[in-house]
Amino acid sequence: MKNEVIHIEEKSFELSDAVKMAGGIDTSWCYQCGKCATGCPVAFEMDLTPTQLIHAIQLGLKDLVYNSNTMLLCAQCQICSTRCPQNVDIAEVLAAVMVLTQRDKKKPQISGALKFNKVFLRNIRWFGRTYELGMAAMLKLATWKLTQDMGMGIKMLRKGKFPIFPRFHSSRAVRKIFKRARKQEKE
Amino acid sequence: MKYAYYPGCSLHQSGQEYDHSLIAVCEKLDVELVEIKKWICCGSTAAHNKSKLLGSALPMANLALLPKMELNEVVVPCPECFSRLKTAQHNVKADKKFKKDVADVIQTECNEDAQISHPLKVLSEEPLLAKIPTVVERNLSNLKVVCYYGCLITRPAKIAQFDSCEYPETMDRILRAAGITTLDWPHKTACCGASLAMSKPDIVVNLSHKLIESAREVGADAIVVACPFCHMNLDARQPDMEKEYGTDPEMPVLYFTQLMAYSFGHSQEELEIDKHMADTQNVFKKANIPATAEEAPIEEKEITFEELRRH
Repeated sequence: MKNEVIHIEEKSFELSDAVKMAGGIDTSWCYQCGKCATGCPVAFEMDLTPTQLIHAIQLGLKDLVYNSNTMLLCAQCQICSTRCPQNVDIAEVLAAVMVLTQRDKKKPQISGALKFNKVFLRNIRWFGRTYELGMAAMLKLATWKLTQDMGMGIKMLRKGKFPIFPRFHSSRAVRKIFKRARKQEKE
Repeated sequence: MKYAYYPGCSLHQSGQEYDHSLIAVCEKLDVELVEIKKWICCGSTAAHNKSKLLGSALPMANLALLPKMELNEVVVPCPECFSRLKTAQHNVKADKKFKKDVADVIQTECNEDAQISHPLKVLSEEPLLAKIPTVVERNLSNLKVVCYYGCLITRPAKIAQFDSCEYPETMDRILRAAGITTLDWPHKTACCGASLAMSKPDIVVNLSHKLIESAREVGADAIVVACPFCHMNLDARQPDMEKEYGTDPEMPVLYFTQLMAYSFGHSQEELEIDKHMADTQNVFKKANIPATAEEAPIEEKEITFEELRRH
C-alpha cells in the first residue's frame, strides 16, 4: 500500500452511513483492537483483515473497501462478532458491504463468490427449497469450473446422498416474498 | 413432548442420515416432531448477503406457520437454519419499523414469541437428559470421540443464547449420558470453512484438515458433528486433503444422533452409517463393539440429572 494523505471530509462518512443503512451496524464504535482479525479463521487469505476493512469504512475509502476480497472470503462463522469488545457485529458489516457492492454492480475479486449466491437464490425461487443437485449443475455452468469437485460429487451421488429429481414446495410463496422484498427496497 | 420440526433443505438431501437418526432418537425418547407443512428455505447466507429484508423475511415466513399448528417451540437441527431463524427473530424484535417491513413482505404477523431450539438444547435439558441412560441398549464406552459444535449453534452468543460460545459442553453431556467417551479438544467451535466450499474449496480443505489433525492428536476414533455442512466438509473433502497434504486423514465423521441411536440399539444399516464417504466400519471394530446389541450388554445403574450435568 502506498503512503498517502487521507483527507477526511463530509463525503467520507457516506460509506459508513451506507453500511449502517444496509446492515444496521454503526462502525464508528470500532477502535481497531484487532481481536476480530486475531480470531478470524480466514484472515490469512484476506488482503485486508476485518479490522483494516472496518478502519477503511470509517475513513470512507470506498475504492479500497469495494476492491478488497475480505467480505467475499468471510465464512460468516461469527467469531469476530462474538468477541468484539465494542459489540460491533463485524460479520454483519461484511454482509452489508456485500449488499452494497452488489447494489453498485461492482465486479467482485473472486468470481465464484457472488455466482454461488445468485445460483442459490434462483434455485429457491424455482423450487421453494434448495435442490442441491440442480444447484451444483447450475453453479458448474455459471463458473465453467466443470472439473472442480466432480469426483467428490459423483461419489456422493453413487452413495445416494442426493435425490435426483427436484420437488416443488411452495415455490409460489417464495417468489412472492422475493418480489415484495425487492419492491419494498426500491421505495 | 411435542415440538414443531423444521428440518431445512439439507436434511432432506445430502444430510438425510441426520434427519433419519434424529427422528429415531426422538422416537426412543417419546418426543414427537411434527414437520411444519409447506416450510420454505431459510435463505441461508445467500439471501442475507443479498438484502437484510429478504434474509429476514424467508425465516419469518416459516415461523409464521407455527401458530396454525398450535405449537410454540420449533426444533431446528441445521445450524445454518437455526442461526437464520434466530437472527431474523432478533432483528424483528429489535426494530419496530423493520418488523413492519417484514410483516408487509410475508403478509402475516411476525411471530416474535416462537421458541427456536437446536436438538442439542432439547436433549441436554430436563427431563430428556436423565432419560437417555435408561434407553441405552448397546455399550459404546470403548468408543472415544470428539464433539465438534461448529460455528452457528453457539454464535453469536447474544443471538444463539445457548451454551458457552467458546467451550460448549451440551453435546459432550448428551453423548456421555449415552455411555460414549468424549474427549476434550481445542477445536470444538473452530470453523470448517462452511459455504466457502463452493467458491474457495482450498480454504475449506485447509481449515478442515487442521480440525481432523487436532482430533487425531487427542486420540479420537471419530469426530461427531451436529451440522450437515460441517459433515460434508470434514467427511467428503478427505480425498482432497490427501492430495494436498500427502496422507489420508481416515477420520470417520458421524452425526451425534447416529451415535445416540446406535447406542439405543438401532443397527448400522438403519442409521445409514455406511453412507458416509470416509470409512466408518473401522471405528466400531477398533473400539471392539459387536454388531448386535445382545453381545454388548450394559450394566444397569441409576444416574440422576444432576450427576449427568456434573459430568
